[in-house]
Amino acid sequence: MPQPDPQAAAGTPHDVKTAVLVSSGRHPVSGRAGRAREDARAVEMGLSLVGADLSLVHAGDPEQASLRESLEGYLGMYHGLDGGRPGDERDGQLSLLPLRAGEDAVPLLAAWLERSGVRLALTGQRAECGEGSGMVGYLLAERLGWAIATGVAAIERCDAESVTVLQALPQGQRRRLEIRLPCLIAVDAVAEAPRQSAFGPARRGRIETVDDLLPADESRLDTGSAGWQWQPARARPKRLKVVKSTNARDRFKAAAAKSSASGGQVLTDLSPEEAAEKLIDYLRAEKILAQDDQ
Amino acid sequence: MLQTLLPILIFAALAVGAAGAVRRIRLWRQGRRTPMRWHRLALMPKRYLNDLHHVVARDKAIAHTHVATAGGFVAAMALALVVHGFGWRNPILGGLLLAASLCMFLGALAVNRRRIDPPPKLSKGPWQRLSKSLIAYSVGMFLVSLPLVGVAPTVLGGGVLAIVLAAVLVWGLLEMVVGMGWGGPMKHAFAGTFHLAFHRRPERFDDNHPDASPKKTHDVHRGSRSTALFPLDLTAKTLGVEKPADFQWEQLLGFDACVQCGRCQNVCPAYAAGQPLNPKKLIQDMVVGMAGGSDAGYAGSGHPQQAGGIEVGKPGFGNHRGGPTDAIVPQLVEAQTLWACTTCRACVEECPMMIEHVDAIVDMRRFITLERGETPEKGAAAIDNLIATDNPGGLDNASRLDWAADLELPRIQDRPEGVDVLLWLGDGAFDMRNQRTLRSLVKILRTGGVDFAVLGEEERDSGDVARRLGDEATFQRLAERNIATLSRYRFARIVTADPHSFHVLGREYGAFGGDYVVKHHSTFIAELFDGGRISVTAPTQAETVTYHDPCYLGRYNGEFAAPRQVLAALGLEVAEMERSGYRSRCCGGGGGAALSDVPGRARIPDMRMEDVRETGATTVAVACPQCTAMLEGVVEPRPRIRDLAEMVADALVEPTAATNATSAPSQSREEEPA
Ligand code: SF4
Ligand code: SF4
Repeated sequence: MPQPDPQAAAGTPHDVKTAVLVSSGRHPVSGRAGRAREDARAVEMGLSLVGADLSLVHAGDPEQASLRESLEGYLGMYHGLDGGRPGDERDGQLSLLPLRAGEDAVPLLAAWLERSGVRLALTGQRAECGEGSGMVGYLLAERLGWAIATGVAAIERCDAESVTVLQALPQGQRRRLEIRLPCLIAVDAVAEAPRQSAFGPARRGRIETVDDLLPADESRLDTGSAGWQWQPARARPKRLKVVKSTNARDRFKAAAAKSSASGGQVLTDLSPEEAAEKLIDYLRAEKILAQDDQ
Repeated sequence: MLQTLLPILIFAALAVGAAGAVRRIRLWRQGRRTPMRWHRLALMPKRYLNDLHHVVARDKAIAHTHVATAGGFVAAMALALVVHGFGWRNPILGGLLLAASLCMFLGALAVNRRRIDPPPKLSKGPWQRLSKSLIAYSVGMFLVSLPLVGVAPTVLGGGVLAIVLAAVLVWGLLEMVVGMGWGGPMKHAFAGTFHLAFHRRPERFDDNHPDASPKKTHDVHRGSRSTALFPLDLTAKTLGVEKPADFQWEQLLGFDACVQCGRCQNVCPAYAAGQPLNPKKLIQDMVVGMAGGSDAGYAGSGHPQQAGGIEVGKPGFGNHRGGPTDAIVPQLVEAQTLWACTTCRACVEECPMMIEHVDAIVDMRRFITLERGETPEKGAAAIDNLIATDNPGGLDNASRLDWAADLELPRIQDRPEGVDVLLWLGDGAFDMRNQRTLRSLVKILRTGGVDFAVLGEEERDSGDVARRLGDEATFQRLAERNIATLSRYRFARIVTADPHSFHVLGREYGAFGGDYVVKHHSTFIAELFDGGRISVTAPTQAETVTYHDPCYLGRYNGEFAAPRQVLAALGLEVAEMERSGYRSRCCGGGGGAALSDVPGRARIPDMRMEDVRETGATTVAVACPQCTAMLEGVVEPRPRIRDLAEMVADALVEPTAATNATSAPSQSREEEPA
């Protein structure tokens, strides 16, 4: 575009190859497959940042019957992309990385991110089915040596070097973070609601299978989970914090609190050993580690 | 002089008019082509004289005016062609020509009287001019034809008078013949002729119905109620209508036939509520889009709240532009205009040119929803819920029968041998207000000894709301799944208390392979009364009730009698509202309008409640969960709102213990494994 761009010096978001890691969602009432709620918000964030330049990636079992349905849900969001380049009506594109039983998604995703030159990766914080550990982001960042920010509510600015985000804190507070690229951003449920998934763009979006990323050998196996014991999840009881205040404002604040943000301490300048000691003490105090657990 | 001039004038007018007509036909043919059925042209005269005339004749004065003017013009034109054009100057023909011109003149006078202070529904501008042109043509034709019968030949032979007369005649010919082809007001006659012949819903005409009785009055719907939406091919390149050229050519032709009579504007609930929709302006917008240009030439009431507004003839139009291959929304029509429609079909019912407004609106909504993903927020949420949970509320579909936990409703799954009646609950089953209606209906069925069963959690939303919101994909998915479910069970007919389910199951599933006998509960209850299977106690005190016809029961499916029969059986006197029967005013809840909730000056249900109050009724009988919800949303104090089923259930005479023991429900209960 001819007109001078204030961001020209550092590059526009379009210069930053951006991708969203999407997973197959599970509707909380019916259990039907569809867009995962946080991932859909991540796609929304990506689309308003770079428009149809955004690429999507999913690592999963291509044989699964409902997979196409959930993935099309994301592709159906490629419309009305005035946030990117005006009038951009390109169709969405998704790379499907086939994952066989017992394989780990992390090495595949990492290889794909590296190969496609992605510098900004967005994702939801936790998948709605499968392991749903919320660990993928951390493991990927560790493997790639990238920065990671979680609980992100919005991207304020992005250029070729860095990205400024707002991180969601309890009780509607926000913290502004400036992160060097490449980085991985896990999007919070308070981010902008996803746009409607439309049938036409969903139908036109392309799903491309990428199966030459890694040799099919041991390195792809998920060795960690092999020894796990599986059991159905139980709803965990919520820790109740009864606020006995006659003051409605206090009670409301307590009720609206996302999690207890008070009572924590910020520890700085500790040696790794001291830090570990402190953490173990904390976990014991919270009865997460047994007293005699070493 | 005139003798030589006349044939030239007439043939020149015809030639220029024909050139315009060819251009006009090209404009229509920009739409999507369908196979041409030329033989349908032969149907046109009867459709015009019969079907169209009966709609026009709901307003007697206009009908007479139109017959005189149009009939006079057609006769005068044909005779003038013979007499003046080809020069067969026969005095008898001349006399007939004089008579025809006179007849047209009388009609034109009536047109002019109406145009002195035209009601706001009428367009001004060229339409105001037309009334004068009619006089010019008829007077001119009368005067030039006088010599044929030997009157005043010398006066008109030459000189200034002849020139004046020629000028008047030219004016008349320009408007009536040239203007017909070139898009003047008379275009309606030319486009209307073809529109009647190639109408996209031929079932609407009597000629498609061998049993069509000529005894029907004007107020009775002619032909059949062809009201099912057309299925959309989901594999098409683009879905729905983005630009005027995406319409089928018959639709473009239909828009062009509009006479701007404003009858649709007068009955449209959204327009009356001050929402930005005027069906008449919408049709004119489509014409603008088809021909290209702006709406600056429009001289009627606009869409409320928009430039130009509802003031007739107020300047301000011209901001909306369109072309055959330009996107309609938002340059030509704003999205709010399309979302304001309740799909009540009042406009279609009233339109003398039989234009299909609702089809056009849904076509454009389809594009917005399926391609643009810009369904109004709550509508989009309802669609998402339908996709995920099969009901618009996003509720667990297994809770569909929670309201009946104590009723031990027989399940069709337990009745492989089949049942008489499959009771279709509809999404009202999730709504506490409607659950009272459903409980009443169950009580009636049990008292009447009806062998019925329900689908339970296997029932899904019929797809009505998704379809009216333009999401044909979700509709077709729901329809296919429901049809697959229904195919597994045996039942003689479906009964439902929801007119929307009634319409969709009964009329729209057919296109997807689901053919069922579907009855609305009012019809079914009326049959129970007829068969003497239920009886009621007389009302304890006299009460004035009125009845609100749901659009999807009445206008969509023609059931006006059964609900009134039921009320009569209850011994109630019905004080009819002014707008009842086929002219009933919508409650505002149809077509997803309750979800898109376009702001207006008033609320549609409030206006309907005013209609109810005018009758002095203390109770308004309803027959639709949506109407119930909309009308109960009106602030108190207001008349009570009661479903027909509730009224009947309250008055039921309980069967004696002996008959109870043998009634169907208790039998089926015994069959159930303990
Ligand atoms: S269907 Fe009803 S709401 Fe829609 S334009 Fe016609 S009259 Fe108005
Ligand atoms: S659409 Fe029909 S009812 Fe409306 S103004 Fe035109 S001709 Fe009259």
